[in-house]
Amino acid sequence: MKNYSSFDILGPIMVGPSSSHTAGAARLGKIGRSIAAEEIRHVTFYLHGSFAATYQGHGTDKALVAGMLGMDPHDPDLRNSFDIAHKKGIGFEFIPINMEDAHPNTVKMAITSITGKETIIIGSSIGGGNIMITEINGISIEFTGQYPTLITKHIDKPGVIARVTTILADYQVNVAFMKVYRQSKGKIASMIVETDEGMPGEIINNINQIPDIKNAVIINPV
Amino acid sequence: MAEFHSGEQLLQLCNEKNLSISQIIIENEMELTGLDREQVVSKMKDNVLVMRQSIKKGLEENIKSVSGMIGGEAKKMRGYFKEHQPVSGNVMADAVSAALAVTEVNAAMGQIVAAPTAGSCGIIPGALLTAAENMKATEEEIINALFVAAGIGNIIAQNATVAGAEGGCQAETGSASAMAAAGIVEMAGGSPEQAIHAAAMTLKNILGLVCDPIAGLVEAPCSKRNALGTANALVSADMALAGIQSIIPFDEVVTTMYKIGRSLPCELRETALGGLAATPTGQRLQKEIFGK
Repeated sequence: MKNYSSFDILGPIMVGPSSSHTAGAARLGKIGRSIAAEEIRHVTFYLHGSFAATYQGHGTDKALVAGMLGMDPHDPDLRNSFDIAHKKGIGFEFIPINMEDAHPNTVKMAITSITGKETIIIGSSIGGGNIMITEINGISIEFTGQYPTLITKHIDKPGVIARVTTILADYQVNVAFMKVYRQSKGKIASMIVETDEGMPGEIINNINQIPDIKNAVIINPV
Repeated sequence: MAEFHSGEQLLQLCNEKNLSISQIIIENEMELTGLDREQVVSKMKDNVLVMRQSIKKGLEENIKSVSGMIGGEAKKMRGYFKEHQPVSGNVMADAVSAALAVTEVNAAMGQIVAAPTAGSCGIIPGALLTAAENMKATEEEIINALFVAAGIGNIIAQNATVAGAEGGCQAETGSASAMAAAGIVEMAGGSPEQAIHAAAMTLKNILGLVCDPIAGLVEAPCSKRNALGTANALVSADMALAGIQSIIPFDEVVTTMYKIGRSLPCELRETALGGLAATPTGQRLQKEIFGK
């Protein structure tokens, strides 16, 4: 049986009104910003289910934009996120859509960075401010953002995973959870590694130097 | 080890180690997170700070919720009992106005502590912090009482749920009230057994309460149900301190709350499809807010 922390029960400190519609939405936005990993020019938020039905009343829209600006769910400035984004010249829009079987609180974020790069992320707010990222750029994945998370895009070849985990071991980083995904054999694959310890920047430089690693990013817990 | 999964286990640990509930919960937190006592206590101090700020904000500023449905009720309550002798007594009126204040701040996108949820965030600040003020509790006693509250919530989360979408309002405001009641009992010098009885009685009093928010928003009837939950916590704490016991043990009440929650139709579990949300007025308000 799960043993919760006292601060899972009394907490988090957050901006209201709803842990799933506001705090969770801010975390989804913040994760989106980290995955995009470049300065953001415009975001289109496609909202599904309860997110689509009640986003204005719950401040889901303001929370998503606040997260994209790097704010935490407890930031009192969260409710002013639209103005702050306007001042920074970041554009955003909200479009309700139906994503069929998706969780009722799901958002698809289409992020355009200032270099023109497009990143498309799908994630859900699954209760109590907890979230689950389920898709990045068309690849189905699953991670919660509760742990430091390494996300790679690499070529599906023998030895790539071993080289990554060796680097983690060299830095005394313990792997808590790990999943590997691929579109088809020998093509583009992705690895999600959730770790107990934080990962210093050198790790990402070393991992990015591995042949067959196309791109690797570290997402810190939000 | 200070791990616990039920009220009975928690009491057993208290008896074996000859410690209060709060000390067991703090030990468990240290084991779980690897933090030392000072760090764990300091995190709880942050919660107290935000709870106090949210009470103050709600009582002093002009608050309007995002939809405009609620706001200003806390100030009204505070104004009323400054002028009149409240029917339910000063402590009750004070606690209720604090609880309303925190829920209004939440609905207006202000900073609060989810306790255990955002929808039930007014009860622990309202009941526990007001009781603390009234009995002139020390900061340490207040922190300890909040750890007791967290421990009770932990047992409910492990064996049932604290989410309205799963268990109705009884799971949200009911849990918050049970947590507050147990914390108040330890703060007032009651025994661990009395604290657990207080939690059991509080939760029993609210069994079956549905979650039917108007327009699906955490505003109405949520705010006023936080006021009721505050009263429930104070009444049950007093009963337990008087030596009154719950006939049904706490752990059985928790399982029952979960079973009742699961048997509620989905219309009455935070979907805004039934209950007050489905009344003609509820429907009209939903149309006005969302224009559909």
